[in-house]
Amino acid sequence: MNIDKNTPWQEMTHGGTIYDSGNAREFKTGDWRSIKPVYISEKCKQCGLCFPVCPDDAIPVGKDQLRKDFNYDYCKGCGVCAKVCPFGAIEMKEEEK
Amino acid sequence: MSIRERLSGNEATAYAMKQINPDVVAAFPITPSTEIPQYFSSYVDNGMVDTEFVAVESEHSAMSACIGAEAAGARAMTATSANGLEYMWEMVQIASSSRLPIVMALVDRAISGPLNIHCDHTDAMSVRDSGWVMLFSETNQEAYDNMIMAHRIAENKDVMLPLMVCQDGFITSHAIENIELLEDDKVKEFVGTYKPEHYLLNKNEPIAVGPMDLQPYLTEHKRQQHEAMENARRVITEVANDFEKMTGRKYDFFEGYHLEDAEYVIVCMNSTAGTVKNVVDNLRANGVKAGLLKVRVFRPFPGELIAKALEGKKAVAVLDRVPLLNGTGGPLYEDVVSSMFIENVHVPTVNYSYGIGGRDVTEEQIHKVYQDLQSMQDMKDTFRFLGLREK
Amino acid sequence: MYNVKEVVANKPSRFTAGHRMCAGCGAPAVARMILRAVDENDHVVVSNATGCMEVSTCIYPYTAWTDSYIHTAFESASAAESGAEAAYKSLKKQGKLPEDQNTKFIVFGGDGGTYDIGIQSLSGAMERGHDMTYVCYDNGAYMNTGIQRSSATPRFADTTTSPAGSVIPGKMQPRKDLTEIMVAHHLPYVAQTAAFANFKDLYEKAEKAINTKGGKFLNVLAPCPRGWGYATEDLMLLNKLAVDTCWWPLYEVENGVYHITYKPAKKLPVEEFLKLQKRFRHLFKPGNEWMIEELQKEVDLRWNELLAKEEMTNKQ
Repeated sequence: MNIDKNTPWQEMTHGGTIYDSGNAREFKTGDWRSIKPVYISEKCKQCGLCFPVCPDDAIPVGKDQLRKDFNYDYCKGCGVCAKVCPFGAIEMKEEEK
Repeated sequence: MSIRERLSGNEATAYAMKQINPDVVAAFPITPSTEIPQYFSSYVDNGMVDTEFVAVESEHSAMSACIGAEAAGARAMTATSANGLEYMWEMVQIASSSRLPIVMALVDRAISGPLNIHCDHTDAMSVRDSGWVMLFSETNQEAYDNMIMAHRIAENKDVMLPLMVCQDGFITSHAIENIELLEDDKVKEFVGTYKPEHYLLNKNEPIAVGPMDLQPYLTEHKRQQHEAMENARRVITEVANDFEKMTGRKYDFFEGYHLEDAEYVIVCMNSTAGTVKNVVDNLRANGVKAGLLKVRVFRPFPGELIAKALEGKKAVAVLDRVPLLNGTGGPLYEDVVSSMFIENVHVPTVNYSYGIGGRDVTEEQIHKVYQDLQSMQDMKDTFRFLGLREK
Repeated sequence: MYNVKEVVANKPSRFTAGHRMCAGCGAPAVARMILRAVDENDHVVVSNATGCMEVSTCIYPYTAWTDSYIHTAFESASAAESGAEAAYKSLKKQGKLPEDQNTKFIVFGGDGGTYDIGIQSLSGAMERGHDMTYVCYDNGAYMNTGIQRSSATPRFADTTTSPAGSVIPGKMQPRKDLTEIMVAHHLPYVAQTAAFANFKDLYEKAEKAINTKGGKFLNVLAPCPRGWGYATEDLMLLNKLAVDTCWWPLYEVENGVYHITYKPAKKLPVEEFLKLQKRFRHLFKPGNEWMIEELQKEVDLRWNELLAKEEMTNKQ
């Protein structure tokens, strides 16, 4: 789907139906953030508490079952992950302007 | 060879639905349309159709379930009346805006209150601008024929709009009349199978139906609906032509009865047209050039055609089977006179509210209308009541 | 055995990033984990009631759902889904769908769309036995329209239509127990859960619900930082305290048999849960101690009832 606010009516999908499931990924929510989580991999024990709590799927987990660094395209900076980390492996820092 | 039968309007409708064999029917009982889901359930429970019948807990859910089913890729149908239609009103809008060709049988009845279970058109008129194609039926035969044509119109890819077939509660729905039915295989072939382009149950193309549609988009989506309604004009004609080839029965946007050379014309819809036809015959026998214009396709409104058909007449009466509560005129009247204005047709035209809550529509009343028209000099008192007790 | 790392690493996210729910909202992680409980090869038709989740996950031309999705109106999610499910049955029966297609039907609604405006269509769909799982994410008020009280709003909570005033101190009625109402529908599976610890309870109940035939209901607590007035990062703490105080017991009812899936080793006083939330701030003012006592009584009563039901139904 290649539709935006300049698309003429003749070219829009009928009834507002969206044919491209999961395309919200194209919409980046990272700019909502005012504080950002910083991942300190040396402290991380890969305990698995942080990634399921992320509302924004911004903590990627590989097939190796290990979490990777944050995906800042989507992280809204809520801090839930930092709070659940028992090892201090996530620190919340002011976003640089 | 067609099948000669004697059926009520409700049974004829249910019979058409059986022959159409939709994938899903979701309905909730309400007088006078209750018999439709009753008949249909017996077809389901006796294995005569492939349909899943969803005995919903309300009309709101009936339309919601039809929306879910149709969006899922199924052919979905329902039937209702009056308050049932009002209860599903919200979903009636969503069905059309989601471009789902649901077909509904509407058995017209007065909307409460006070409570009345008999015929008028307040229910249909309350959804007249909801983006549904609306066909009206004078007789059980027309209710049946319109239903057989419904899916071909609604599901046409240039249309993709829901459609309702209206008939008069009790007067048509419960009166048993002669009818010519089509053979099952002919209906099956005529209606065809539904092959939607995008649907929820296509696992290879998951889609999202009914999004949040904000300022940059809603205007354009509504424009598309308008286009679909315009396209329906062509498709309605094409389908009627095919239907005529199969049955010999001709359907148009409206039916003219002694209309061409008429001087005085009544415009109305549904069963009242039968009474008007009798009166026209009577008047013609006495040398009065009376005529009738019976609207079949109410949405999309054939304004241009109607205005042109009324051009040069001496006087016109538009009969609205609704109370006049808006200080200007009934819906059919407003549509007719504004169409005449646009087409530059100037004929004195007045409006009658009649037949409210099942009030009998007598030949005397219709006679009175033609008398009024004959003595009418200009468009005074455009706002009239028929069959009203007054002191 | 449930292993959160295995589940997240191996099962795809069916609720993507790029949605516009509030930062720290409790609902997306719940919805995502529930969808992860679906077999990878299965397809889902999601029906979503109007609410926060709907208005922020499917904004034209974007959708955060990788499965088929339908939103109709506020009160109609269950009815629309029952139509879709009936369509599936009908088309399957007629051979109009691929034989190997396996579609699951899952509805998401907030407490407004579930406890209140949608309860009729929910009750109807469940009674009719459509093969679907209804998930209520209960955040205890109409959050989407700006925190108005719902029948799920707890007693004494301050909302915009039950403000804690000088005469009437918040919502005066106890919350409706929807989970028990659904149990009374005699469904094959009803459960109450929360995003607790490593999501084991939530995931296992979702998996059970989705793979049980018939009408199933999950009631999931979904803390709302805005509506409850707690620090956004405390999401999981709120979930934990709700469970450890027995404010929100975790249990399931399978064919009428109760099973409490978590019994706190030490049941915490309810004020531990209340004190983190602005909506209960007025309960902590001098002279209002009775309100906390009342809530504690209510929690104790319900918890003891639940223990009794578990005992009774397991004896039979």
